[in-house]
Amino acid sequence: MSRLDERFGPYGGRYVPETLIGALDELAAAWEEAREDAAFMARMDLLRRDFIGRPSPLYLAERLSERAGRRVYLKREDLNHTGAHKINNALGQALLAQRMGKRRVIAETGAGQHGVATATACALLGLECVVYMGSEDIRRQAPNVERMKLLGAEVTPVEAGARTLKEATSAAIREWVGSVEDTHYVIGSAAGPAPYPALVRDLQRVIGDEAREQALQAEGELPARVIACVGGGSNAIGIFKAFVEDEEVALIGVEAAGEGLDSGRHGASLSAGVTGVLHGSLSAVIADEDGQILEAHSVSAGLDYPGVGPEHAHLRDSGRASYVAISDRQALAAFAELTRLEGIIPALESSHAIAWLLENPGEAGFDVLCLSGRGDKDLAEVVEQTG
Amino acid sequence: MGEARIAAAFAAAKDEGRAALMPYMMAGFPDRESSLAVAAAYVDSGADLIELGVPFSDPLADGPTIHAAATAALEAGATFATALEVCRSVSDRVPVVLMAYANMVLAHGGAAEFARLALAAGAAGAIVPDLPLGEAEEVREQFAAAGLALVPLVAPTTSPERRAQICAAARGFVYVVSTVGTTGERAEVPASLAALVTATKADSEIPVAVGFGIGTAAQAAEVGRIADGVIVGSRLVRAASEGGSPAAAADAVADFLSQTRVALAG
Repeated sequence: MSRLDERFGPYGGRYVPETLIGALDELAAAWEEAREDAAFMARMDLLRRDFIGRPSPLYLAERLSERAGRRVYLKREDLNHTGAHKINNALGQALLAQRMGKRRVIAETGAGQHGVATATACALLGLECVVYMGSEDIRRQAPNVERMKLLGAEVTPVEAGARTLKEATSAAIREWVGSVEDTHYVIGSAAGPAPYPALVRDLQRVIGDEAREQALQAEGELPARVIACVGGGSNAIGIFKAFVEDEEVALIGVEAAGEGLDSGRHGASLSAGVTGVLHGSLSAVIADEDGQILEAHSVSAGLDYPGVGPEHAHLRDSGRASYVAISDRQALAAFAELTRLEGIIPALESSHAIAWLLENPGEAGFDVLCLSGRGDKDLAEVVEQTG
Repeated sequence: MGEARIAAAFAAAKDEGRAALMPYMMAGFPDRESSLAVAAAYVDSGADLIELGVPFSDPLADGPTIHAAATAALEAGATFATALEVCRSVSDRVPVVLMAYANMVLAHGGAAEFARLALAAGAAGAIVPDLPLGEAEEVREQFAAAGLALVPLVAPTTSPERRAQICAAARGFVYVVSTVGTTGERAEVPASLAALVTATKADSEIPVAVGFGIGTAAQAAEVGRIADGVIVGSRLVRAASEGGSPAAAADAVADFLSQTRVALAG
């Protein structure tokens, strides 16, 4: 039985208060044991199939392909129950919480997708659920707040800082410091202290494992490029991981350039950040010269985060994956384009990956792009931005 | 160097038959001038050591009071340099232990350079609350090489095996976290604290101080009967913000600290 990764090159680690160390050890041991437990994994597989609706299709987007000048397959995570890849992780961690005997779960959320996914998994398993959400995000994402409440979750507003995802995550970790003895913290991305980056990656890897097999079935060969958006980076690491050993496959992570990398208003930690510690791990962060973590900016709430999972920082340094950035404006245009071309309204997060694809026609082969979520949640924002 | 100063401060208090008093303050809060006045007032009111918080944007170990103070200090323009200035202003009178999050150490040149800057400002030690055993080794060695003591934390959730390892590697003193939670005032000292302090003292060859949740002179006295040192944080940070001027901030903290010092001696 292999141990969970704590470090990815120099990145990762457990930069958290001493109070949490015991719980992180317990979580790592629980997952190392559970993933080898056939009965536990059979239950997870059954719920993935019948509750989430997996496997998600790998869809040959013909009109998008025509426009891009090459065959493009979309990995349809938008068709999952609750509308995004987030449920893969939330369900897995909720099952793990139940296995550890923890009856109470806390989570952070930005736009509300991870909060809704966690509230959904907790409703399914009868767990108590508290979601921390910045008060600015609560204002912007009222429908998701209502969904969480309907699902039985308590939504706790966070008033610190810019009142968005960074502060909601800090608040959830602080709360966990005080409730760690009976509560499991379901982090929403492949970030945070070890073992979370490896745990979340393992739970999201289903995206890549399916996509790799589906691509081989459809084309008889591997894709030339695998493309995914990167905020905290969980959908990207989930799809990349299955292709990391296939050296001929290019892995492209698309970050949020926001109003431009030079504007200071972006979410591109890997493209324009520094090495630092945020939310318990050493990775790429957006910080000032004094070491203060800065607010990120993106039109897409899911990419509006000044850090990124540590495995991405390592994949960047090793050269195995490339990270690029797409602006708010480009993402909004791609959002409209995919909607018209394919009848699929993509999440603004995924629209960043679409925009990069449209601007970077490859040479030989075909592409697989992770359509990480659906865009219904973004309609109000898009209308506001594009008038 | 730093270790010896810390040891001497604890020993001097012990000679007087009481626990050492270590008030916490946030550098640059509510503004630069007030924090300089607060530091001076701490020394004048009987602080044996000072724990000096370096403001950071994302302090995961801190509760609402100290988190808000860090945010306010940063908004008022505080930086690491402000913390060094406050340190320098009192470090020839009492040992100063910086409380700095890991990213501040990293952003200021890494452990060796951070230690050099801290030493130049007269600091005796540093607490890095998000650098637990397992992450701290290199930083502890670099700090020790420069003469800066890396003070580790022990929590109620720390296993006995791990606690022994933490104590074996500790420099300066061992910081016992009184409760499962972040910093902030609590109604009561947990009943389980005495056992935790006793066990930690058995593991440690250096002084054991207790912090988190101590907000009254009576609580300080209660903890002082079992620990070598008592750390008071959020209650004093709250006092520092109430005056509205540097002199008023100094008066407010001096008032509380003097009472606490008397209670400890009692």
